[in-house]
Amino acid sequence: MSSPHSGPRSLSESELIMGDPGPTGRFGEFGGRFVPESLVPACMELEASFRRAWIDPAFRRELDHLLHSYGGRPTPVTECLRLSEELGVRVLLKREDLAHTGSHKINNVVGQALLARRMGKKRLIAETGAGQHGVATATAAALFGMECVVYMGAVDMERQALNVFRMELLGAEVRSVESGSRTLKDAVNEALRDWVASVDTTHYCLGSVMGPHPYPWMVRELQRVVGDESRAQCREILDGKDPDMVVACAGGGSNAAGTFAGFADGTSSVLVGVEAAGGAAMHNGIPGVLHGMRSALIQDESGQILEAESISAGLDYPGIGPEHAHLAAIGRARYETADDTEVVEAFQRLSKTEGIIPALESAHAVAWVIRMAGTEVLPTGSTVLITLSGRGDKDVAQVRDILRRGETTAR
Amino acid sequence: MIGKPIAPGRGVLETTLRDRRQSGDKLLVPYVTGGMDDEWLVTVEAVAGAGADAIEVGIPFSDPMIDGPVIQEASLRALGRGTTPAGILADLGRLHIGIPVVVMTYYNLIYRAGHQRIAGLMAESGVSGAIIPDLPLEELEPWAMAADDAGIATVLLVAPSTPPERIAAICLRSRGFVYGVGRMGVTGEQSSLAGSAREVAERVRAATELPVCIGIGVSTPEQAAAVCEVADGVVVGSALVRRLLEGAGPVGAAEFVSSLRVALDGG
Ligand SMILES: Cc1ncc(COP(=O)(O)O)c(C=O)c1O
Repeated sequence: MSSPHSGPRSLSESELIMGDPGPTGRFGEFGGRFVPESLVPACMELEASFRRAWIDPAFRRELDHLLHSYGGRPTPVTECLRLSEELGVRVLLKREDLAHTGSHKINNVVGQALLARRMGKKRLIAETGAGQHGVATATAAALFGMECVVYMGAVDMERQALNVFRMELLGAEVRSVESGSRTLKDAVNEALRDWVASVDTTHYCLGSVMGPHPYPWMVRELQRVVGDESRAQCREILDGKDPDMVVACAGGGSNAAGTFAGFADGTSSVLVGVEAAGGAAMHNGIPGVLHGMRSALIQDESGQILEAESISAGLDYPGIGPEHAHLAAIGRARYETADDTEVVEAFQRLSKTEGIIPALESAHAVAWVIRMAGTEVLPTGSTVLITLSGRGDKDVAQVRDILRRGETTAR
Repeated sequence: MIGKPIAPGRGVLETTLRDRRQSGDKLLVPYVTGGMDDEWLVTVEAVAGAGADAIEVGIPFSDPMIDGPVIQEASLRALGRGTTPAGILADLGRLHIGIPVVVMTYYNLIYRAGHQRIAGLMAESGVSGAIIPDLPLEELEPWAMAADDAGIATVLLVAPSTPPERIAAICLRSRGFVYGVGRMGVTGEQSSLAGSAREVAERVRAATELPVCIGIGVSTPEQAAAVCEVADGVVVGSALVRRLLEGAGPVGAAEFVSSLRVALDGG
């Protein structure tokens, strides 16, 4: 198969660190396709369709055109002058907050909606945590005239009420999920249950680099535009050099995977994914199988999945995409955590120093950089690119309440 | 260790079900969620005595994605009571019901315990087979080898969406019986039998000599009898578990299973 990527690449897909995981969807020992038989044919059909589309210049042209004329790409890289001076490290932000609908989620969704249309599907379903992926899916459904149902945990519907209304405005139906921890994990279960019954007419527009093959790979490819753009933009700002470190927050891990895809091969930039301390699959998890994939999962000694607990709905997930587990296993990326308190501080600090209100998810990456700046991990004088995965408008009410209550741990 | 197969693919489960079919009977496999209440073992015994040919015992998982609200609720209650896979297997080991027990669970519990270890525990508990719905053909091997070695029959599923070549491959690798998924959807009661139930039964029957049981969406004695015009048997889960959640208890469960038996026996 020819390489689907643009630009010069001397390595074949299978030799790349972030290449094609092949027909079994394996990233080292992680990934795979652990779904009920009812869904296996649909996953195979999706994989075949994506493989064809991804090497089809007409598909790529249409996607690029939409991402540009509708999605607002390319998004800029902004140098944070005041924060850099305060921290003693040069901080660059990849501004996914400026993409249409306010986060990187639109990149994935426009691609999947185009694919769904090619496959003749008339209905999109999605899970959502913070609501950003749900909003993006509802947006694409409106754009393409498709029916849209979004599953969202009851806890998340409360803390992200504004996004619920946005989805409804966009014509989507938001279904409250009352099972389990009533957050993202349970919304994925419910979306999968819907899909088993509706697979003939429906495309499951999964929101991150997780789930059964081909999703982890497909979503990473659809998000690699973040990394590819960043790499070129950084070279321009840094006189042809790459940043010393590239940092992104990771829930399921799609903005991180898309960012890393631009740097994993061909640079020596240190790649860092930052998870919520209360949902840190890479730190507190062990390998397991959930939602169609083998990856790192937070679980008890019997294998029951534990509930994540984070201030940010988008990172409140007990797992992480399988490619991240693999990147950690081979030492190409490292995974760190940020806790609720420092995240709320970072949220305010970026707002005050740069005039940029980040999403709480993105604030995890900022918080970790703030903590590490000037240490041997991120020495004074080094250069760091942070993917600012989304804007914080959706979070201002929640943060206001937290600050009024004078605490940062409650939901 | 008990339950060593006579030959690979001909363990207690397959032999029992084939014998029943041979004598002209339809196969009845009720499902009960293990640990769902204090009486669940009594329920299993009562159901076995009410005309079941094998019994499926669910080992509850925190994220039962192929299950609808009824079995989700039963799983939640079971987990709330502190139910663990090892605990269920230990309980089953003390049971003497005279029919094969098949456990149904999700793969993470198997993976976490270790394939060989849990296959061995199942065999020691007298379990004959296992159904792991989120472990499709492509991902099966590591578990299936451990299961074969321990004499545990891994029952595979065929769905309405499964294409013909795949049906053949699944039937070849399935042990004990083949589980035909009656409808595209999760477990749950249906007011009428989906057309796909009979179609799946026909397609699987044509592909294998193994007994073929249809489950998911078979809810009433009438539906069971209708699908058994084509299939060798039925698995009935949500309709029984709902009654248990509503407090039917072992006696009520046995009554319902008897009514299924009567319908399958042509009464
Ligand atoms: C702004 C933002 N960033 C990050 C995430 C986490 O997702 P992922 O790890 O897939 O990028 C979300 C999810 O809701 C989000 O809304």
